This record gives sequence, structure tokens and C-alpha cells, in this order.
Amino acid sequence: MHTRLLACTLFAALLGTSAYADPRSDAKSQVAFGIDVAQRGLWREAIYRWERAAEIDPKYAPTLNNLAVAYEHEGQLDKARQAYEKALEIDPNNVQIRQNYELFKEINDRTGADNKDTP
Amino acid sequence: MTGLGPTTRTRRSRWLGLLAASGVATLIACGPVSFEIPIETPIQPKLDVTPFQRVLIAGFVAGGTEDVDTNQETVRLLRSQLRSKSGLRIIDADPMPLMEIAQEQGRSGDQADASPSDGPRPTTVADRGSQPAMALPQRIREEKDLEPYERLFANTAYWKRIGEEYQNPLIVTGTVLFTPHSRSGFVSRDVEEYDSFGRRRVIPTRTYLERKGFILRPKFIFIDGRSGATIYSESYREEVLYNAQQTTPALSSYFELMDRLVPNFLSTLSSQKIRGTRVLLK
Repeated sequence: MHTRLLACTLFAALLGTSAYADPRSDAKSQVAFGIDVAQRGLWREAIYRWERAAEIDPKYAPTLNNLAVAYEHEGQLDKARQAYEKALEIDPNNVQIRQNYELFKEINDRTGADNKDTP
Repeated sequence: MTGLGPTTRTRRSRWLGLLAASGVATLIACGPVSFEIPIETPIQPKLDVTPFQRVLIAGFVAGGTEDVDTNQETVRLLRSQLRSKSGLRIIDADPMPLMEIAQEQGRSGDQADASPSDGPRPTTVADRGSQPAMALPQRIREEKDLEPYERLFANTAYWKRIGEEYQNPLIVTGTVLFTPHSRSGFVSRDVEEYDSFGRRRVIPTRTYLERKGFILRPKFIFIDGRSGATIYSESYREEVLYNAQQTTPALSSYFELMDRLVPNFLSTLSSQKIRGTRVLLK
């Protein structure tokens, strides 16, 4: 009796999850592939994957965080800032995204025009 | 007393085992959710230096402590950094005594200026900066003492002539103020304590400290040697403080503070790669 009940619950939960999470799970698989290639140094391919993931599920904060990191690596600092800010808008309490953003800002502020005088 | 029968116990433990196994399987399947990855951020130079093949670190109007020859040291440090980290050819010339040059220009009734090699040389009124004459302090102790020297950097005719002399390089000059500094006050520190059971605790404590150190305030001015005009300038401020009992030579502090600024200076003239790590999320 218990076994049947548990099996039914698990089946229902699985069905529910798959019906709800299609775009999210698609995005997640793109994100995972992007991480895989980024770890092998293929940042352009990673950007392509994460941009696709962002199209599929624009509200998934890890995608935007990863995109921001990749843009940083490619020197596209304006795009990186936008992506970090969007990620934090979606998930403001994510410590890892905030930490990445703080490190990014440190570099950007250090090398940016903050110390520039008007000639 | 009622207890669980052996069959129920076996079933329960089987379920618990199954749950634990599925938990482990889920963890293995999902794997970690964050990955630390090294990155290299390329930073484009702030200044377009393509029209220049050579750079002249001319010299600086320097002041503050007398323990360090700030003009000489700054020229030497920037030249050696540019030599190893930029594609520009560095012109080897004695650092220009800009304070003396500015004073000479002022003394000769704003009718003359000086060149580094030939000494004072008469020039036309057009060679002056447009600012009215201000008394130039003989010794620079604070920031406001540097202000009257600004007209030297605005003297385009003078810098154009220096440019011609060195075949139109990019000229780097400016001001450097390196002053001793002390500060007393309460500072937060973590203090280790052990209670009666031998347990370690870290307690944030506010302690009164007397500290001394230095402040470095450089202003780098980049001048186009072809026209004598300032094309870019930037100012920085860095400070370091030590315990009052600690004796740190002024020259060490100077290099410690310049170390923090040099990447910024270099990123004005050449592209840099800044290494770091970030976290990718799944």
C-alpha cells in the first residue's frame, strides 16, 4: 500500500516538474554546456550557449551571471555590467553573483575614467 | 508495551536506505552548482598612442618629504615600467628640473622659458600659458603649493619646442606630492580569547592606535609633443599607515604606494590583461 502511494506521488511530482520546467531545463542544459566549453577555454562558444539560454529563459539568473563573466573575459565591459545588473535584479540575494560583480567593479573602477581630470 | 514488529522494522529501514540512496544519486547526478574559473580581462588603453612611437617621461614638479627625490624616482620608475610593459620607445634623457624651469619662466617676467639642454632661452609672449603670473613657492609642502605650477603645463609653445627637440614624442609630465602623514584614533581589530573551557573566540575590539605613514598624490599629464597641448591627465591619491613604533623608510613607502598606481598609469598607454577568478553558476 505504502509502496503504491509513494510511487504515485513520485510519478505525479515528476510529471508536474517536466510540464513546468521545459524552458528552464532547456536553459539549464545550455548553461551546463556553456560551462563545460568555458572550462576548456572556448569562451566564444560559451557566450553563444549562454545567449541562447538567456533567450529561452530570460529570468534565469545563473545564465546572466555566466554571460557577464564571459563578456568580462572578452573585454566587453559594458555588456558585462548590464548582464551582472540584470542577474542581480532577478536574484538580489545571490552572494556569488554579487561577489563577481564587486570584483568586476573593482577592475572597472580602477582602470576606468574615474581619476580622469578634465584637461 | 507495544513495539514495532520485525516486518515493519525491515520495511522502514529498507525505505530509509532507498531514500538515502536516491539522495546520493541525485547529488551525483546534479553535481556542483558553482565553478570557479580563471579569467583575463583585457583593458583597452585610455589614450590612443598610435601617432607616437616614442615617449618622453620629462619630469615632475615634486614636493613633500625631502627624504625621497620624488622627481627622479618617479621618472626612473615609470621609464622602467614602460620599457617592459609597452611598445613605445623610451627616450633616455635627464629628468627635467621642472620647478626651476617654471621659476625661471616666472622670473624672466614671463618673457622667457627654458629648455632642458640649453638652459634659459628667450621666447615670445605667445610661449606663456594664458594664466596671469602667480608667485611660485620655492618649496612645495601641500597641494595648494602646486597650483601656481599648473601654468607650466599649459604652456603649449614650451612643450611644442621640447617635442621638436625629441622628434615629436608623447610627453609625460605632471606633479607628485609625497607627504608624511599621521593619524590617531580607534581601530577595529579581532582579538582572540579563550574562555574557561578553553574554547577559542574572536571578539571584535576597538583599540586606540597612533599610526604614521605617507600620502602619495601624483597627477600625470600627457602632452602631444607635436602640438604641445595636454591630451589627457589623471590624478590619484594613495596612502599607507603603519604603527607609530614601526620604522619604515620613506623610499619603501614611496614604492609601496607607486606599486598600487603603476597599473593604472600603464593602462593609459597600453592594453593590459588583468587576471582574476569568477564563479560560474549552473
